[in-house]
Amino acid sequence: MDLIIPEAGLVIWQTVVFLVVLFVLGKFAWKPILNGLKERESSIENALESAKQAKEEMARLKADNEKLLEEARAERDKILKDAVKAANEIKESAKEDALKIGEKMIEEAKATIIAEKKAALKEVKSQVATLSLQVAEKLLRKNLEGEAAQKDLVNDYVESIKLN
Amino acid sequence: MANIAMRGLNKLLKITFLLSILVTFSNAGAFASSEESEGGKTDYIMEHIKDAHDWHLATIGHTHVTIPLPIILYSQEKGLDIFMSSNFYDEHHNHVAYNGYQLNSHGKIEALDGNSFLDISITKNTASLLISAILLFAIFLSVAKRYKQAPNTAPKGLQSFIEPIILFVRDDIAIPNLGEKKHAKFMPYLLTVFFFIWINNLMGLLPGAANLTGNISVTFVLAVFTLIITNVNGNKHYWGHIFNMPGLPKVLLPIMVPIEIIGIFTKPFALMVRLFANITAGHIIILSIIGLIFIFGSSLTGIISVPFATAMNFLELLVAFIQAYVFTLLSAIFIGQAVADDH
Repeated sequence: MDLIIPEAGLVIWQTVVFLVVLFVLGKFAWKPILNGLKERESSIENALESAKQAKEEMARLKADNEKLLEEARAERDKILKDAVKAANEIKESAKEDALKIGEKMIEEAKATIIAEKKAALKEVKSQVATLSLQVAEKLLRKNLEGEAAQKDLVNDYVESIKLN
Repeated sequence: MANIAMRGLNKLLKITFLLSILVTFSNAGAFASSEESEGGKTDYIMEHIKDAHDWHLATIGHTHVTIPLPIILYSQEKGLDIFMSSNFYDEHHNHVAYNGYQLNSHGKIEALDGNSFLDISITKNTASLLISAILLFAIFLSVAKRYKQAPNTAPKGLQSFIEPIILFVRDDIAIPNLGEKKHAKFMPYLLTVFFFIWINNLMGLLPGAANLTGNISVTFVLAVFTLIITNVNGNKHYWGHIFNMPGLPKVLLPIMVPIEIIGIFTKPFALMVRLFANITAGHIIILSIIGLIFIFGSSLTGIISVPFATAMNFLELLVAFIQAYVFTLLSAIFIGQAVADDH
């Protein structure tokens, strides 16, 4: 029967010891342990959160980089295109200029040729005249060596200048 | 980490196995002693279960190996008396009177003059209680030191064994029953009660150890703590539920109020009896299985009894944890009902 009846002595000891254990562990064990656990949990949570943020930041940076790269590429393409266009334009205008110059040169050449031709013809004409005069002189001299011939000529002239 | 835990568990199992073999032998010794006295073949079981004024370890032949414990008595007439329990025995281990007191046949102290007195002796259970307190301090203060010295680091050593259990008490016992906001206030009590019961259950399984958590005085005190904490923290919903149950016709109140008031006490009473009965029953079973050897009077019985008792010891290891868990869980539930906002 005394198995199921609490004994005063042990009840007192149990109460005292349990209270001491509760107090000491509560103050020096459970408090630091539970606080430590909570702190660690929150620090792990924070670490995970910041890792997630860093990942997002990375993704954002990567996207930014890609965008910049894309822009740079577009810029390059544009510059290239412009350059090609400019080159073409320059080529085109150079061609035109060359054509113009050529035409002008041809024209000038033509004018020169014509002028030269004229001058040459003039020369030829004067030469021909000189030659003709010389031939005529020579012929005349020969022909008018005799008196008869001179008379004939005069006659001819007279004849030709008949009073018409 | 898991590897270390496994190795720890392995070591623990080996120790337990050795201890179970030891307990078997020491119990056999205990039995042998009571066999000589004509007290019957089951006396040694009760001897082991109950408290005593000396710590009896073994009886070898006619020599009793006991540790004497201090006797502390207080009576109004004679004042405080402190002496060792060995004074109650002569050299042949017979009971003798000392200082006007003597041990009766039940191992209780009685005054020769019949006066009443208060017995606050360090009994076997009290000694065990003090040892368990020292053990609790040693374990948890050293674990707590690591949280202070190296905060925010992975648990190491003893800490990695204790921490999951603390988290278990917090996350699976306290928070579900008390709520995220209110649980912190009761965590010290729940953790203390859990580890106190568990450590003492385990210590009770050691050979020659006291049966502290299987003692009604101890479970009574623990239950009273839960009773006090529950009712001191009871809010208006809790008391309203007892004295003016919502939705109950007023005419039934004279019946229901006494029932509810009794209910305040039956819940911790159940706690007290459950722990006491479970632990005591476990001890009785192990001792009975060993006792079979002596009842049949054949050492061959040991071929069955010893493995059986060893298996029971393993089961008791589980029971030690389960009972600590159940006591803590029910305490948390009772307190949770008392502090719940509305239900």
